[in-house]
Amino acid sequence: MAVDAHDAAASAPGMPQLDFSTFPNQIFWLVVTLVAIYLLLSRVALPRVGAVLAERQGTITNDIAAAEDLKRQATEAEEAYNKALADARAQAQAIAAEAREEIMAELADATAKADAEISAKASESAARIDEIRAGALEAVEAVAKDTAAEIVSALAPAAADADSIAAAVSTRVKG
Amino acid sequence: MSDDAHSEDAVETHGADAAHGADAAHGADAGHAADAAHGADAGLAADAAHGAEGGLQIHPMDQFIVQPLFGDGPISWYTPTNVTLWMLLAIVGVAILMVIGTRGRAIIPSRAQSVAELTYGFIRKMVEDVAGKDALPFFPYIMTLFLFIVMANFLGLIPMSFTTTSHIAVTAVLAMLVFVTVTAVGFIKNGVGFLGLFWVSSAPMALRPILAIIELISYFVRPVSHSIRLAGNVMAGHAVIKVFAGFAGVLGLGAVAPIIAITAVYGLEVLVAFIQAYVFTILTCVYLRDALHPSH
Repeated sequence: MAVDAHDAAASAPGMPQLDFSTFPNQIFWLVVTLVAIYLLLSRVALPRVGAVLAERQGTITNDIAAAEDLKRQATEAEEAYNKALADARAQAQAIAAEAREEIMAELADATAKADAEISAKASESAARIDEIRAGALEAVEAVAKDTAAEIVSALAPAAADADSIAAAVSTRVKG
Repeated sequence: MSDDAHSEDAVETHGADAAHGADAAHGADAGHAADAAHGADAGLAADAAHGAEGGLQIHPMDQFIVQPLFGDGPISWYTPTNVTLWMLLAIVGVAILMVIGTRGRAIIPSRAQSVAELTYGFIRKMVEDVAGKDALPFFPYIMTLFLFIVMANFLGLIPMSFTTTSHIAVTAVLAMLVFVTVTAVGFIKNGVGFLGLFWVSSAPMALRPILAIIELISYFVRPVSHSIRLAGNVMAGHAVIKVFAGFAGVLGLGAVAPIIAITAVYGLEVLVAFIQAYVFTILTCVYLRDALHPSH
């Protein structure tokens, strides 16, 4: 019943699938289609997609490697920074200690110098005081001699012997 | 039944078979016309009813008729027909997806390129996992089969279109290509050892000849099941949609139930369109594995 279907192509008596008269046509066009799709895929599409996927895989791998590298560099940089920081701190402490020592030394020097100056000034002053004191004693003696001579000459002008008076005064002042 | 007159006409023109079909087409049972033979009978009966003027006019199988694109003449092997048109559209679809879609060759893909890459990865992984690494030279071939079937199935879901994969002539050629390739590869790669596929060495000696016969039969039935599974699924779904569409046409504006049914069946058909392409491809891979590694 299906074999004569092409006589009445407008409607389908039975299954058009079993209309064998259309088989060569379908098979021919199917083969053409399959060959076309196969060529399209094997020549153009599949190599292209494969290349893109491989390239992407490569890019991802590279990026991951680069990221690891960068991470390693960052870690190294951090370590270097920490090391530099520690060094700087140690150096700073050393400098500070050195400066303190220097300052201490300078201070000690200055103190010693000042002490020396002070003692020099003190001894000088003491010498001057002694000098002044000696000067004063001499002055006292001279004044005493003059005064004694005046008094002696006033009381007993005959006995006014300057040398004996001075000797007497000197002995009395010293005694 | 009220349709007795039509049924009698049907009996006169086409015999008792048609009468049964007429009942199916006129009754509420027509929804069960899912299996191919039943569907065909419904078409036959509808035709008979059509001839007997009036009644339901459902031609679920008309959508599968192969017609010349130009004129009305007989169909020879080179005539451009609706088969030609829809296969050409399948090529165009594949070209748009796989060639134009991947035109950018972008590291970060566009949407079309993503789909192309997913398809590529999907089939490549299937070939690798199911058929093994040494089956990768067949990847373009299997990709061709998959893309043609999936594209033809989905193009066939466009209303008023023609579904090339609903024809047993097409699916039989596809299945025979696989069968011949697999058999040839089996013998080329393994020589006579390929026959070990039929000799179940793990079974007891007494059972082996019987198993060999069963294996042999199942091997030669493969292309039949391989092709009829695809064509049958696609054809049945389309025929069911057409039958419901016929009901909707008769009921007019009140055709809520048929429209819901068409929507549901259409959704199912979208699934079937992909799943059948997937099944066809994965079976090809399974057969290929048998050819490359025939030992049980």
